[in-house]
Amino acid sequence: MAKLTRRAFMISGGLAGGGLLLGYAFTPNRLALRAPATAERVWLTSWVSVNADNSSTILVPQAEMGQGIFTALPMMLAEEMEADWDLVKVKPAPAEGIYVTDDIAQGFTVGEVQAPKSLQRFLDYAFYKAANMKHLQLTGGSSSVRFTGQWGMRVAGAAAKEMLIQAAATRWGVAPATCRAERSQVLHDASGRQASFAELATEAARFKPSLTPALKDPKDYALRGKPLQRLDLPDKVAGTLRYAVDLQLDNMKTAAIRHAPCFGGETLSMNSDAVRELPGVHDVLRLPNAVAVTADNYWRAQQAVSRLDAEFTEGGNGDFNSEQMFKDLAAVLDNGKAEVDLEQGDGAKALSQAAPDKIMEAEYRAPFLAHATMEPMSCAAHHHNGKLEVWAGVQDPLGTRALAARTAGLDLEDVVFHPLQMGGGFGRRAAMFCGNFIEDAVRVAMQVSYPVKLIWSREEDMQHDYYRPAMLSRFRAAMDEQGQPQAWVNRYTDLGVNEDVAAAFIPYSVEHQQIARTPFETPVPVSYWRSVEYSYQGFFIESFIDELAHRAGADPLAYRLKLLAHKPRHQALLQLAAEKIGWASPLPDGAGLGLAVVKSFGSIVAQAARVSLAQGGLRVEKVVSAVDPGALINPAIARAQIESGIIYGMTAALYGAIDIKQGRVAQSNFHDYPMVRLATAPRMETHFIESGETIGGMGEVGTPPIAPALCNAVFAAGGPRLRRLPIAAQLSGQTA
Amino acid sequence: MALKLTVNGAAKTVDVEPEMPLLWFLRDELGLTAAKYGCGIAACGACTVHVNGKAVRSCVLPLAAVEEGAEVTTLEGLAARGAHPVQQAWVEHQAPQCGYCQPGMIMAVAALLKDNPNPTEDEVNAQITNICRCGSYQAVRAAIESLRAKATSAAPAA
Repeated sequence: MAKLTRRAFMISGGLAGGGLLLGYAFTPNRLALRAPATAERVWLTSWVSVNADNSSTILVPQAEMGQGIFTALPMMLAEEMEADWDLVKVKPAPAEGIYVTDDIAQGFTVGEVQAPKSLQRFLDYAFYKAANMKHLQLTGGSSSVRFTGQWGMRVAGAAAKEMLIQAAATRWGVAPATCRAERSQVLHDASGRQASFAELATEAARFKPSLTPALKDPKDYALRGKPLQRLDLPDKVAGTLRYAVDLQLDNMKTAAIRHAPCFGGETLSMNSDAVRELPGVHDVLRLPNAVAVTADNYWRAQQAVSRLDAEFTEGGNGDFNSEQMFKDLAAVLDNGKAEVDLEQGDGAKALSQAAPDKIMEAEYRAPFLAHATMEPMSCAAHHHNGKLEVWAGVQDPLGTRALAARTAGLDLEDVVFHPLQMGGGFGRRAAMFCGNFIEDAVRVAMQVSYPVKLIWSREEDMQHDYYRPAMLSRFRAAMDEQGQPQAWVNRYTDLGVNEDVAAAFIPYSVEHQQIARTPFETPVPVSYWRSVEYSYQGFFIESFIDELAHRAGADPLAYRLKLLAHKPRHQALLQLAAEKIGWASPLPDGAGLGLAVVKSFGSIVAQAARVSLAQGGLRVEKVVSAVDPGALINPAIARAQIESGIIYGMTAALYGAIDIKQGRVAQSNFHDYPMVRLATAPRMETHFIESGETIGGMGEVGTPPIAPALCNAVFAAGGPRLRRLPIAAQLSGQTA
Repeated sequence: MALKLTVNGAAKTVDVEPEMPLLWFLRDELGLTAAKYGCGIAACGACTVHVNGKAVRSCVLPLAAVEEGAEVTTLEGLAARGAHPVQQAWVEHQAPQCGYCQPGMIMAVAALLKDNPNPTEDEVNAQITNICRCGSYQAVRAAIESLRAKATSAAPAA
């Protein structure tokens, strides 16, 4: 049985205790939950319809934030359905209960285990109900392809194909097994008869979709594995795609907001005299933790809100500083209680018995990070006739609808949520966890009669995010005479959203291990940030193993390979990345190569980075990735995701730091929270190994290895051992 | 203030506060939303449009600083139905991910290549400083490279 993680319980919580133990006979068929047919469109399963013109419309429950899911998931469904790719249309699934992403709950909970066929319908419905209770329609955890795709879309497509074939076979009076489907047609080769999906759809919909249809043999895939062009490109290059920030509704006003600067701060007073008469201003509004102005133009609203006379409390956090917090974190690592997550052998004893010169110790530190999506937080809302409509790009439309209803004090049925595409997500738009911008928009809308679109300024976005938690992590290792680690003892601080404690577990073979965590609370709101725990654990672990290799006088590649004898997939990837970067080739002075390998979200990624410290500054010249996701759906989209993960992780590694001073965020915009740009982006090369193992995620897995690969390369280039991020601050401190 | 502009070929009269940045006039007064708000301090380039053929960051350009009769082009007016060579290269190289920064990126590249069809890598790096949080830079670089190669092969032999 796959291991249950704390995250799994959080997402699927309530499954056992939620009254779901329905008798099997009364369990509805999850795929048969579908919208009613119209003259134009017949729904075969929850997720796919056949239309009068023989096109197919595929509903994607996952949200598009740039990762290409509006192309990859339809490919998986169309492949099994034998739908003509040129006739496939894609629409976001509405934020309605029947489109919950129950496959994610199932995927995170039972993991890679396939339930017995006899229980499949019960299990599917149980997870469907569980997901519904939690309003789960989440895009996160790199789960779309591996769970929704593998277990939802693929099955839905195959079931639809079976129904269409059954309809044709019945019509022709032949055995279903003698019919086949191809490019949106059903064919009976023996008689030469054929019928389009559209001709068969109404009859097909009378059959129940199977939850266990026969799935295609991967060798017969016609779409999967091909670098098909993303379906969303035309709108994106024409500038016609409307994000929430672009929404235009009749009689709509635009709102700008200013939050209490301190975490936990509340609005104390507001005097609107100075701004009420400014051009275009409609309403000046007081919210519990902010003030807002609505106007007929965003700039006018922003001008007014910035001039608005308002006072806020400090929420009791006016003396909170992140530098002091790191000192406090060090103190709790010294003295605080630890929760042991892994104990193997006796690490403490092995350390106590080792000679002092065989012990290696290091402490690493990672800062708070903002998400900084390109589209600042934005959300439109309209309260009319007791109903609330909400428009936003979010990673969890159903969760957002529930949040909006709760904020407005309305019943769920009185709230309609319109999902839009996102100008970047990275965890920030998983609104059920960090939906303060949704709450703001709803609170504004509830005070006015017109539709209102709230746009946060970049400064508000940077200073009122839910941050990637800062961390401190300490390692102690004992080595034998050959420099091989005999004991690995790790203790780190846990500021929250650290549910997958396995992220701290090492792939390396070490006899004695103890891995433990010390919880610590701060007033800083934290949430999921691309690759979550792996974003820092990858840095810590892959840096420390590199330090051990150097201490042992060993080549960092050979050292890792020896400790990964039981992990052939890791080994193959490290060797491939090393070979492609030219690991064994001589380098000019000031250049260095660094390696890292991290398994996250079901995929394993090795990265090799080449950096140069010449000419006074750090230059990242090239990054080679070797990726084993088990299997690929669309190699072009997969490559783009790996490159995207590298740039995101590299930006954070080089520059990213959110500092808290006097309870408020010190950084405010891209001038003090800098980004990698074209000039600083390295050449990237991505190689895939399709091992055929269980399919893994893609959206986050490129991020964890890049920080350690870069730091290890800096050290190899003759630079300092970097135990703190961001790198730029450490290197400038070095030369100053 | 009353300022006459040509926006995507159409005559427009501006009658708003002179301090209003061009971006918000385009987006909220004319409804042209391709140019995006990203930072408001000219740091990210999502708001890039052309004024008299030059790429400008419209979020910090007050209307008072736009000259009378200036020709403003937004992505909506760059070419019909995405037919501009830069847009076509963007599709071919699948540059957009979330797509939010791409209108600004495309406008910046179109302006660069119009003045300098065969820029060096340093020139590209110096002028295309737009931020993309999805990290589409490698695809952007490949798309620019393909346009440069076309410009080179189309140039008359010396």
